Amino acid sequence: MLRNVSFYIFLKLTLKYDSFNFLLVRSGNMTQQKLHVTLLTGRTIEQGVGKEYGKSSSEYFEACSMVYMDAGDMKKLGLKNGANVLVTTPNGSVVLRAFKHPRGSMPGLIYIPYGLWSNAIVSYATSSIGMPSFKGTPAEVEAAPDQSVLTMKELLKKEFGR
Amino acid sequence: MSVINAVTCPICGCLCDDIEVTVVENEVVKVKNGCAVCEAKYLGYKSKHRIRQPLIRKDGELVPTSMKEAVHRAGEILANAKYPILYGWSSTNSEAQRIGVELAEEVGGVLDNTAVVCHGPSLMGTQEAGIPTSTLGQIRHRADLIIYWGCDPWSAHPRHLERYTSFTEGRFEDSEWKSYINKVKAAAGRKKLLSAQRVAKKKPEVTVAESEAFNKPPETLQKEGRKLIVIDVRKSMTAEMADYFIQVEPNKDYELMQAMRAMVKDEDLDIDQVAGVPMEYLKEVVDTLVNCKFGVVFFGMGLTQSAGKFRNIEVAISLIRDLNLRTKFVIMPMRGHFNVSGANIVFAWQSGYSFGIDFSLGYPRYNPGETTSMDVLLRGESDAALVVASDPVATFPKKAVQHLVKHPLIVIDPHMNPTAMLGDVVFPSAFVGIEVEGTAYRMDTVPLPLKKVVEPPEGVMSDEEILKKILEEVRTIKAKNTKNRMGGA
Repeated sequence: MLRNVSFYIFLKLTLKYDSFNFLLVRSGNMTQQKLHVTLLTGRTIEQGVGKEYGKSSSEYFEACSMVYMDAGDMKKLGLKNGANVLVTTPNGSVVLRAFKHPRGSMPGLIYIPYGLWSNAIVSYATSSIGMPSFKGTPAEVEAAPDQSVLTMKELLKKEFGR
Repeated sequence: MSVINAVTCPICGCLCDDIEVTVVENEVVKVKNGCAVCEAKYLGYKSKHRIRQPLIRKDGELVPTSMKEAVHRAGEILANAKYPILYGWSSTNSEAQRIGVELAEEVGGVLDNTAVVCHGPSLMGTQEAGIPTSTLGQIRHRADLIIYWGCDPWSAHPRHLERYTSFTEGRFEDSEWKSYINKVKAAAGRKKLLSAQRVAKKKPEVTVAESEAFNKPPETLQKEGRKLIVIDVRKSMTAEMADYFIQVEPNKDYELMQAMRAMVKDEDLDIDQVAGVPMEYLKEVVDTLVNCKFGVVFFGMGLTQSAGKFRNIEVAISLIRDLNLRTKFVIMPMRGHFNVSGANIVFAWQSGYSFGIDFSLGYPRYNPGETTSMDVLLRGESDAALVVASDPVATFPKKAVQHLVKHPLIVIDPHMNPTAMLGDVVFPSAFVGIEVEGTAYRMDTVPLPLKKVVEPPEGVMSDEEILKKILEEVRTIKAKNTKNRMGGA
């Protein structure tokens, strides 16, 4: 009887410990989880309008310092619309605001409008024809609630020291 | 107040020439017929981000200077450089581009335009396979099948559909605008019905397999009249308007096109899907292609910037060639800047090559991968740069820009863009198509006149005038250097 009771307590404790441990790992994963994605860069109408107002304008900053993601992928990372994310490639990393792609689904893809922010991380491999690989290269996305999006001047200073 | 009609919009390769601009006291106050970007340009040209006078870098800061000093400094930089890059040229008129070729030859540098990060691979693909193309007018009046492959004209060329393809009233083909509006209304009605049902019943569960399943081609794809197909890796705004949207997997356009080529030739392929597209659906699409009367493929950065690059274009052109054995088909690149076609044409008729031209040996050489500005920068070979009407700091990958800003950088631009911010000598220039007239080439290489609607700010010159001054200065400095050397000897 006593053996049974002690075994029961042991089992209970182990389970408790295990579930506790599991929770810890999970919560750890929630904050550090990285998503492997394919990076696309391209034009948006907002970026087009922003560049005509002038690249120092707030319109251009708003239009280019962001990334479109699939709604499902954002859910996986626990991101709300407009949350900051860190996008990393072998060429560098940049903090951007993540928004849900407004049409259709595109799991595993992220879309950053052309601009300084996207060019801080795109692949420069030209395949010996002069054209860098602006589309279809691997990247990682993770939530970055504590990091802020750099303004154009800050980014220029960081990347080129001027 | 004066209203100026038939103004050509200097923004994208569409070169819409039906813009109506209202000018009051030398200031644009109203723009009619233009898209959102056009309005932003015509009303934003006088913004606070404009450069008003020449700037020169002293002790790490850009400070105002006189035109004379700026021209002298720019001339010195270019005359003394061993291997300068002369880049940009796509947002200026062909008159300035012509002086650019002369200057590049004089200083023995690399002359390159923005096509290198845009449709350079398309030019190379064309050199490989030729190009069966037409003017946009032909497409407007005759095309009954329009395909946008790897491009989103709604965002990048907002009036392309309205002026040249699906939503324009052609002589032989009608506009699809009304049927699109009906489609939108029907979709809105369906949405309302669904939400009403959801209130009445419990929300139906949609499985992942269902939500991600590939849509079957609609029956409207076989209808009479204009049809629109969009092929892209994501559902763009243009895809939303299409009769059929094909979502291709990233970097797999080449496979898809080769499969289509085989199907056009009635060859059987023993596979279930290609690039994520089920074969049975692709077969219906190819049937539509073969059965159309006049088809056109417009392609963009989706093909030129993803894996395969110029090979994608080569195979796209080959597909069109195959299709031309069965019906009439043409293909056209969606050129971005308003005069990037012009830059390619001017460079080609002056030097023989359309981009990435190296004058360092005294004669023009072209070898993409070696003489293209991007590769020269990545290898760290250039020792100075002149950027005209362009912004490589915001459009080139970081590593290339890091080398660009290591050496003296001369910038000619109306706006204080990132390249101007990092420049060593900065010239303010007048807006081509607003403050300066000239010639620009549309995406189908039709030249159109640009109008001057207002006077530039005082002291601000055109790109052409500034370049002429720099060229003159370079020649003077070089003559002086030669004289000194001769005198010394």
